[in-house]
Amino acid sequence: MSPAKNLDVESIRADFPILTRQVNGRTLTYLDNAATSQKPSQVIQSLVDYYERYNSNVHRGVHTLSIEATEAYEDARGKVQRFINAPSPESIIWTRNTSESLNLVAYTWAETNVGAGDEIVTTAMEHHSDIVPWQQLAMRKGATLKIIRETENGRLDMEHAAELITERTKIVATTHMSNVLGTVVDVKALADAAHAVGAVILIDAAQSVPHMPVDVQALDCDFMAFSAHKMLGPTGIGVLYGRPEILEVMPPWMFGGDMILEVSYEDASWNDLPYRFEAGTPNIADAIATGAAVDYLEALGMDNVWAHEQQITAYALDRFSELEGINLLGPREVEDKGAVISFSHESVHSHDLGTALDQLGIAIRTGHHCAMPLIRSHGIVSAARASFYIYNNEAEVDVLIDGLEEAQRYFSKAGIA
Amino acid sequence: MQQGLGGELDELYQEVLLDHYRNPRNTDRMDDPTSEVDAINPFCGDEIHMQLGLDGDKVASISVTGQGCSISQAAGSLLTEIVDGKTTTEARELRELFREMMTGEEVSDEVADRLEDSLALQGVRRFPVRIKCALLSWSALIDALDKVAPPN
Repeated sequence: MSPAKNLDVESIRADFPILTRQVNGRTLTYLDNAATSQKPSQVIQSLVDYYERYNSNVHRGVHTLSIEATEAYEDARGKVQRFINAPSPESIIWTRNTSESLNLVAYTWAETNVGAGDEIVTTAMEHHSDIVPWQQLAMRKGATLKIIRETENGRLDMEHAAELITERTKIVATTHMSNVLGTVVDVKALADAAHAVGAVILIDAAQSVPHMPVDVQALDCDFMAFSAHKMLGPTGIGVLYGRPEILEVMPPWMFGGDMILEVSYEDASWNDLPYRFEAGTPNIADAIATGAAVDYLEALGMDNVWAHEQQITAYALDRFSELEGINLLGPREVEDKGAVISFSHESVHSHDLGTALDQLGIAIRTGHHCAMPLIRSHGIVSAARASFYIYNNEAEVDVLIDGLEEAQRYFSKAGIA
Repeated sequence: MQQGLGGELDELYQEVLLDHYRNPRNTDRMDDPTSEVDAINPFCGDEIHMQLGLDGDKVASISVTGQGCSISQAAGSLLTEIVDGKTTTEARELRELFREMMTGEEVSDEVADRLEDSLALQGVRRFPVRIKCALLSWSALIDALDKVAPPN
């Protein structure tokens, strides 16, 4: 018997039209949530409402529609601000996605604050989007990129972090939760270590903000990046949080409408925060729908979301331990591990597994998960990953385990497992 | 009662393909190849390492090794069997025929003859996302040829 229910999963499922879809003759079992989440009707409807009732540009009209659109757009920013407990709405910048948020910091703050001989510290468990911008920055500036190791049990080596974060460090860029291992990193400890040497900390929170309570002030973080599409929101919109004192003096990145204060043919001056970083007509509809996604998650309560995911992860880890020939990546215990289980089969390639599971209507991720260095450091070239969210239940874990057993039988009969 | 795996999946995992995956042919590395190429599929990380030994305009020896899914590795092994002994022009033609088969062209008896056992990869067509796995070693072949024997 499971412990007290944290979420009413059945009523949540009813909000997600896609979950009744048939795939290859089976009801969809969607376990690719670390790639993108599904969207509830409330979020889809907010997009329809905007386009059907008050579609208009923001910040520039005096007519009713533009006023309504501007209000809804800014209201959504306020929802995101409260969701991560940011100190002000001006500290929330809309971007396209996590990658753009990270690049924004690399091309603005870092461009003026990182120089030759400086060091950038990141971790062995980053997504490519939190490695490549720093590699490129290091090359442009003659700076050095340092990588904090992973421990044998899939955690971040905090002793190594303490060795690498020194007076030469200008920025520590770390994931909050690994998209491959599920490991939750003690970002507050890294923030303290960074601040102790006068460096800033940037947190890639793409995998944490959708799944757990996150408070940027309690974490004492300087920058945080995440995407709406992994937290029930639409694709094409992301967030950069920046500490207000830092954003105030940060130069703009892209130039155009909305980000200017005054323009002559010779020169221009910059608008206030956050508009200085939002050149051109923004992604109005998707920002508003992100607000609807935040409303949905807040109604559930992020403590409940995390508790539900801990429960399903514990159950999945337990069921995976029954399987033969499957190696798990990352922590085996549920403490400080998100609802992500990556695994490889000792002889069947993850793509072959993925194709077989798809025949059973099960969607998982296969490949290098945009984390090639991490996957290779585990001595493999590819892994499979199941990742869970608010609408997943233990019955779906059973479907996955049964599917893996069936795939094992199939490939074994075919002589390749 | 729902059916288990099989059906469409059996069209993908044909015995010829499985055999080449289990026992890949022509994997001996050459000390002094005329041309060699590493090809990586950026979407999935599959790797093919190809070596060519040319004797004039003929492929006198060919070797493929790599890491990746059954489709990518079996396709590489199957490729070595039909390209070995062909002229560079014939090798390029075979690649075109193979690509046409994978992108859905009707396969005539003559084309089927020329593609030999690689015809078994026809089943991949029904799994569009896996077509790139089957094509990886063929694009490696073209890269390897371009390095030493550019097309006329």
